Amino acid sequence: MIVGQQKKAEEIIKMLGEDWESLLIAGCGTCVTVSLAGGEREVEALANLLKLYYGKKGKKVTISTDTITRQCDFEFIDDIGEKIEDHDIILSLACGVGVQHIVQRHPLKIVYPGLNTSFYGATTAVGEWAERCIGCGECVLDRFGGVCPVARCSKSLLNGPCGGSQDGKCEVDDDIDCGWELIYNRLKDIGLLEKLLVYEDPKDWQPYRDGGPRKLTNKEYYDE
Amino acid sequence: MSEPMSLLQKKLEAGHFVVCSELGPPIGANVEFIKKKAQKLVGYVDGVNVTDNQTAIVRMSSIVAAHFAKEEGLEMIIQATTRDRNRIGLQSDILGASSLGLNNVLCLTGDHQSFGMDPGSKNVFDLDSVQLIRAVHDMVHNGVLLNGKEMKVPPRMFIGAAANPFGDPFEMQMMKVEKKIEAGAQFIQTQAIYNLEKFEYWMEEVRKRGIHEKVYIMAGILPAKSVKALRMMKTDVAGMDVPDSLIERMEKCEDPEEEGVRVAIEIIERVRKVEGVRGIHLMPVGWEKITPEIIERAGLYPRPEVE
Repeated sequence: MIVGQQKKAEEIIKMLGEDWESLLIAGCGTCVTVSLAGGEREVEALANLLKLYYGKKGKKVTISTDTITRQCDFEFIDDIGEKIEDHDIILSLACGVGVQHIVQRHPLKIVYPGLNTSFYGATTAVGEWAERCIGCGECVLDRFGGVCPVARCSKSLLNGPCGGSQDGKCEVDDDIDCGWELIYNRLKDIGLLEKLLVYEDPKDWQPYRDGGPRKLTNKEYYDE
Repeated sequence: MSEPMSLLQKKLEAGHFVVCSELGPPIGANVEFIKKKAQKLVGYVDGVNVTDNQTAIVRMSSIVAAHFAKEEGLEMIIQATTRDRNRIGLQSDILGASSLGLNNVLCLTGDHQSFGMDPGSKNVFDLDSVQLIRAVHDMVHNGVLLNGKEMKVPPRMFIGAAANPFGDPFEMQMMKVEKKIEAGAQFIQTQAIYNLEKFEYWMEEVRKRGIHEKVYIMAGILPAKSVKALRMMKTDVAGMDVPDSLIERMEKCEDPEEEGVRVAIEIIERVRKVEGVRGIHLMPVGWEKITPEIIERAGLYPRPEVE
């Protein structure tokens, strides 16, 4: 899933500025709900905080909230289409995809991001998420025992570790596991250590961002 | 075996125990600084590495600094890290360096940018060090670029790689060394050695695998002039193994600089005796002026001449 983190209230307040009267905080019920950043609960909490802030300041504002299933589908955005049109500013607590999708559907609306889109990750503990994939467009997990060197090595090395890791920790930060040590341990456990000796060609980065913004069409379903 | 690409390769092939050292380019455009540093090394070393923005700190380009040092009469080893340049930039630099008569290259991944003063910069890592080694090998020996394009005049490079005898897990690090050799590495410069037992064990494993017969191994020596420097290396430098006994020895001594030189010489004398070690690579970070003294006192002066 996409993991997000809510922006600080000060940043959001600065972003909103002074020139508005009504604000709709739009939550997203999928990924960022799971990462406790942009679901219904967070939307309501932020709304209360902002109401308190503007109330204290004596600024007269209307702050509404709504959380839809997904902001990355017009189908769900349209459920709150009128509400969006009725407010001066939309503060989306979805990932960057959701923000832009509302903009595309409501081209004249001011839409601001209330989250930082962090990464694609998994829940690793209650309240903790960790990156597992960078969406490189060409999965290599078959060759690395199911542990991704592109996402989990700080240098995305494909032919083994750098010399900088110590005690299984990355040279960048002791909080980061050395991705290559994870790969090594996994391949050892499943008896495929010899895979480490196979030379990996330089990666074709075109399926990643280096081929420009990406788009996928499934011909079977795609309706021009 | 094709004809040697560089003077350094010639000396190694002639069987000489070689001495390399290191020169860190300035943070700034000071050519005189390089020339002065270079002049002090002439006659004392068989090759001088010029670091490539080491510890991810902006410095004069390795190739340009190496060019100025070469003009003073030194044999140079450029360094190329994959952190700052993609395959296009790296191959272009190899062509440029060869054209300047810089015919040795140490291919590295490079320290992560979080070590330096620009932690917010974007890294590249389009290639890893093994892929860079193979790319340079194919350019030099097959006359082709990574994209398959043939060159009428290929570059000439003696290709080096780094190895860390103290990295773990041991087996995984060893596999990477083997991969580097398979990819075309011809010489290896190791991480700085303080833990001699561990280094000797590493060399034993190297010999078991026949690695020492495929590449020239130069043992890394980092003379430290203070206990503070040693402690810093132990805690802050990636992949270093500094035994506590050495730190204690430096703490107790009366003259840390003299003790630092003695330690370096002791390490040199010990690694010289290890089968498969074909030279040393001195890296007196921030203490480059000590290089000639260490080389003289270690009995490695004068350096051999080859035709």
